[in-house]
Amino acid sequence: MTSTDGALAGPQQYLRAQQRWRAIEIVFWLSLLLPFVVTPNYLVLASQVAITALFALSLDLILGYAGIVSLGHAAFFGFGAYTAGILSKHGWGEPLTGLLISGFAAGLLGYLMSFIIARFRHLALIMITLGFGFLLLELANSLGWLTGGADGLQGVKTWPLLGMFKFDLWGVTSYWYSLIVLFILFLVCRRLINSPFGLSLRGIRENAVRMRAVGAESRAHLQKIYTISAAIAGIAGALLTQTTDTVSLGVLNFERSADVLVILILGGAGRLYGGIIGAIIFLVARDQFSGINPQYWYFPIGVLLVVVVLFLPNGILGGLAQIVESERWQRWTANLTPWRKKP
Amino acid sequence: MAEPLLALKDIRAGYGDAVVLDGISLELNDRGSLALLGRNGVGKSTLLLTIMGFTTVSRGTIHWMGKDVTRVAPHKRARAGIGWVAQEREIFANLTVEENLTVAARPGRWDIAAIYELFPRIGERRRNKGNQLSGGEQQMLAIARALMTNPELLLLDEPLEGLAPIIVEELTRSIGRMILDEGTSVILVEQHAEIALTLTEQAVVIERGRIVHRSGSKELLADQETLDRYIGMKVEGAA
Repeated sequence: MTSTDGALAGPQQYLRAQQRWRAIEIVFWLSLLLPFVVTPNYLVLASQVAITALFALSLDLILGYAGIVSLGHAAFFGFGAYTAGILSKHGWGEPLTGLLISGFAAGLLGYLMSFIIARFRHLALIMITLGFGFLLLELANSLGWLTGGADGLQGVKTWPLLGMFKFDLWGVTSYWYSLIVLFILFLVCRRLINSPFGLSLRGIRENAVRMRAVGAESRAHLQKIYTISAAIAGIAGALLTQTTDTVSLGVLNFERSADVLVILILGGAGRLYGGIIGAIIFLVARDQFSGINPQYWYFPIGVLLVVVVLFLPNGILGGLAQIVESERWQRWTANLTPWRKKP
Repeated sequence: MAEPLLALKDIRAGYGDAVVLDGISLELNDRGSLALLGRNGVGKSTLLLTIMGFTTVSRGTIHWMGKDVTRVAPHKRARAGIGWVAQEREIFANLTVEENLTVAARPGRWDIAAIYELFPRIGERRRNKGNQLSGGEQQMLAIARALMTNPELLLLDEPLEGLAPIIVEELTRSIGRMILDEGTSVILVEQHAEIALTLTEQAVVIERGRIVHRSGSKELLADQETLDRYIGMKVEGAA
């Protein structure tokens, strides 16, 4: 029957097809190695980008795929950062296990929070996550004996990676380390999103009641993804601690939560790569603009954000996807590549 | 005697403290089909929502395949085999047709290929997002998505509402095929009473939250007086 020509036989085949790597993705990941060659003096910035990208990826899981709005995601980033810092200060500076423990701790906190989060939507969520972020910030501030309070945590010393690679001043080890962790966790997220669970999350984002009517337990799904997202945010925070050997209250503040949201909107939520693209643009722009004017560098960032939202409401990647999916683009590429089989 | 697929006994239900349905009792056998008729606002949609588990039941019981599911959560009822197509359709606007179907998929006779055969029109639009479909296509997708859960019983809430006559005709054929050829049990709420009565075996009429008439669909179709009194419609060819 013509109408079913090319139809995929079942959900597993459909999801498997979504998991296939595209050439542009491979090129993208290879291009992230360029800073080692092209801008070796900017590897510290590059590792900050990779860490922020991981943080944005964690937010994308809940915001872009499950529709959980959060203005306090820095709580998990900061919790992971402090966990790694406190571990290191008290004698355990091994980075990989530190990363795992921090991720687990942030995940546990996320799991506890998820019982509240899964019950609410929209505006209520903004208030709850915002309040939770403030709560954790003030807790860290008041527990000076543990966190160092406003002075930050002193005496953090991360051991060499795998006992061999010291975290150098130029950021070579930091960038390798951050990039590999980002890539591994990206693979995990990619797999997750292109699974039946990931598709259910997108359905819940669209309409949670309707998903219950097709048999999905919305709350349990939301709790799971919130926990995973918190764990990844915690790992990103721990990476920051380990690559800079410092932790301060800044890891928990509202600005960090707001920045990561801006990064995700800029790049395009619900696309996995949106957070990475957003982090690259945001941090590089911030670096350049603050070089031009250290006091008012947020002004051009604000302009950039307004322009993106006006002309590309679904973020940079959303806008690009719209162009690529447009009929005009399809016709144009078909003319450029006449040997390709036309649909 | 075989256990009915669905049995509602003396159901009193509504939203919070507001009671919409009172004393509703009905049974539906496997492969059975029932038209649920009545004027607007009498509680037809609420009855479907109650069967699905989205309302507050203050009295009575709902048995599904012999088991009491009165307090069972909606997602568990869906997994047990009750499918629901809401009046508002509410397909997932930002997912493609294929994703809308895949998200609901459970093993059974209804797979993507079978769905595209039943609704060729949405097969042709499988790469399109939900918000790029016409009203009729969205309705077909809403029914198709419910079928992908491979339900034993499908609750259809005004599937033909607001559609162009040609789409109504196409959709009626598909629903008819679903009921007659595939043997899917259906409870159909529909303002097009004539179509609903043609498609189903049994009919009940609801008035102010209570069942006021029950009969075979064919008998009701011929009973102009009842149709006129409770539904306010004249059916061509009725006695």
